[in-house]
Amino acid sequence: MSDAVSALQGETHEGFVTVAEAGLMGMITIRCDLGSKGLAKALKAERLPVPGPRRIETVEGRSIAWMSPDELLLICPHAEAPALTERLSAALSGEHALIVNVSDARAMFTIRGAKADQVVMKLSPADVATLPAGEIRRSRTAQVAAAFWRSGEDEISLVSFRSVAGYVIGLLEVSARKGSELF
Amino acid sequence: MLSLTCPCCGITAEETEFAPGGEAHLKRFGPGSSDEDFESYLFARKNPKGVHFERWRHAYGCGKWFLAARDTNTLEVFATYKAQTSEPPADVIAKIKAKRPDWEGYK
Repeated sequence: MSDAVSALQGETHEGFVTVAEAGLMGMITIRCDLGSKGLAKALKAERLPVPGPRRIETVEGRSIAWMSPDELLLICPHAEAPALTERLSAALSGEHALIVNVSDARAMFTIRGAKADQVVMKLSPADVATLPAGEIRRSRTAQVAAAFWRSGEDEISLVSFRSVAGYVIGLLEVSARKGSELF
Repeated sequence: MLSLTCPCCGITAEETEFAPGGEAHLKRFGPGSSDEDFESYLFARKNPKGVHFERWRHAYGCGKWFLAARDTNTLEVFATYKAQTSEPPADVIAKIKAKRPDWEGYK
């Protein structure tokens, strides 16, 4: 089989902060009744919680995010995703649920530096300044849908569709140029 | 600027994160209905200057449809509530009445 490559193969730009495509990430979308016992059990077997509304929880290198009242996004190492999708599908086979490996349909970016949130502030109508740690915000960056969260101190992670990855890195690069800090 | 609070995910966001869906609480008239009913279902829409009920979708967020009661003149939003309601809930009506005592009411 051919080697999997991420959309931009780790393209990085240095401005007043560093913006980079995060490389290959595994992403699994889970759609079902989030209150169901079957889901809680299936995720517990993977040592993951069911996140509350708009929350993102990180456990042992995997993150699980609340995307909508019936959708979760599980972010894991790329190589893990196919097996994890199969295990979750098997665990939820008795439920009205859909588990899909969407790793290759998405792109992930990291914005690292003391003023990382200013890069996103310029691109999104969301109130980034008041975004608490542990909350994922689905919104848009300029013309395309994106979701972002504070993935560490002075670090923001951003997820978009792979088809617009080139557009998003362009936005981030311009938004992070030296001298364009907001404050 | 119009800000709406999505009742499905609790986010308050401005207009560009949402997609408008037109008038809310329409009753569908399909095959077998009279020509007048069918025509009014397809084409006749309220266009008030004042209190209006609308459908909105949180397109860039959780993706869910919801309903909003707002003033088309001042952009004041009285309430947003779930889409699975066939007419405005009593508490929404009460909120509008409190702020617009001369409002003639729903229908």
